[in-house]
Amino acid sequence: MNNKTIVLRSTPGIIGAASFAGKKEGEGPLAAKFDVILDDAKYLEKTWEKAESKIQYDAYQTAVKKAELNEADIDCIISGDLLNQCIASTFAHRDSDTPYLGLYGACSTFAEGILIGALMVNAGYINHTAACVSSHFCTAERQFRTPLEYGAQRTPTAQWTVTGAGCAIIGTRRENAPFITAATIGAIKDGGITDANNMGAAMAPAAFETIYTHMKNTGTSPKDYDMIATGDLGHVGARLLRELFEMEGISLENRLFDCGCEIFDSNTQDTHAGGSGAACSAVVFCAHIVEEIKKRNLKRVLFAGTGALQSVLSVQQKESIPAICHLIELSV
Amino acid sequence: MKMTKREYMAYVGDTMPKSPHAANLLRAFITGGLICCVGQGLANMFYYFNLSIDDASAATSVVLIGAASLLTGLDLYGAIGKFGGAGSLVPITGFANSIVSAALEFKSEGFVLGMCAKMFTLAGPVLVFGFSASVIYGLILFFSGVR
Repeated sequence: MNNKTIVLRSTPGIIGAASFAGKKEGEGPLAAKFDVILDDAKYLEKTWEKAESKIQYDAYQTAVKKAELNEADIDCIISGDLLNQCIASTFAHRDSDTPYLGLYGACSTFAEGILIGALMVNAGYINHTAACVSSHFCTAERQFRTPLEYGAQRTPTAQWTVTGAGCAIIGTRRENAPFITAATIGAIKDGGITDANNMGAAMAPAAFETIYTHMKNTGTSPKDYDMIATGDLGHVGARLLRELFEMEGISLENRLFDCGCEIFDSNTQDTHAGGSGAACSAVVFCAHIVEEIKKRNLKRVLFAGTGALQSVLSVQQKESIPAICHLIELSV
Repeated sequence: MKMTKREYMAYVGDTMPKSPHAANLLRAFITGGLICCVGQGLANMFYYFNLSIDDASAATSVVLIGAASLLTGLDLYGAIGKFGGAGSLVPITGFANSIVSAALEFKSEGFVLGMCAKMFTLAGPVLVFGFSASVIYGLILFFSGVR
């Protein structure tokens, strides 16, 4: 294992964060915390893809405003989504003059974007980066699964793609902004899972490796953190992650907070194993985690974005699902 | 992670939540049975109105396909499919749903390359196997000399 944990000496901060959530997400447990809840999944656009782009762009603008900046102050946009060739992101920012970096890390893209942005700010190359992601239930279903009106049953391990967008502005140190103190870049892990309806099980080994490595490199244990947030392992993946740690003799206790488990109420919202999608961890991070750190209810937090790196082709070709997890450490 | 890939796959296989097969079978039986009862009722009705048995069967298929297509367009067939599973998938109504849902979904990519081309993405295999089976059946009839 040669994964290194990078310590960010100049501690860049999350100086603004915005969350746009869909209707179903807006009926979930975190409803009160989102900046905007959409009534119309098409967002008055002609296609689902246009809607997703617009949602991402509006989340970006809101985050810039909340950071008390202008678009001209943003030195670089780092963004991604789940659509082929990441068109939701590139089309969202196509009329912008801001330098742009496109990313694909599936549902880990948001954590990856913050990580890269934080490194750039920490190095002093730029002052402000925006990390944006989006996902949309309707664009994801038609690309990865079946048409919306097709009558089929979902398996108990299937997850529900979150409709929404999140954007975090990373900038130089500011009072009361959550600081990014360290980061661990994950390696791709493949646990041999081939079931595309069980992404939690595919991602749990990657989450374990990155979080375990981070704690080992920093000489910490779960007790040192107020929250260990994972991207979108869902109920199945989160349970597996707990068990993988228990096999090492480490208990995550009540520290584990999986965004996929928290965004929906699986008892009443029929979301089976929980939420997923690039926006899942992003909206929970922007709406809940950042705010709780600002209020000092959380003082030291690990945020580990998880992504399943399959495509429709790779699944049809019976390939197993590689997964990744990138981690950032935040503190007050 | 201490487990090997093989051990992890076995561990996941053993500990995953399972689909409720008994309940699914019962629901499929009820849903599929109801659809078939409706079909039989329609066929009897058409026969009563002096259609031949062949014509009554054809008319029944037309009505079931039309009804399933309409329910798909009204976003109601998805709920039936979620409840009934294979019970609503296997009858001709499921075939109609697979075509109409795809046609609706891909109309944003245009009439020819979107709707018309993608209409059969789900139903394609059904057509291929249906056509193939009919050709084989025809050949058997032809060579066996049965008329």
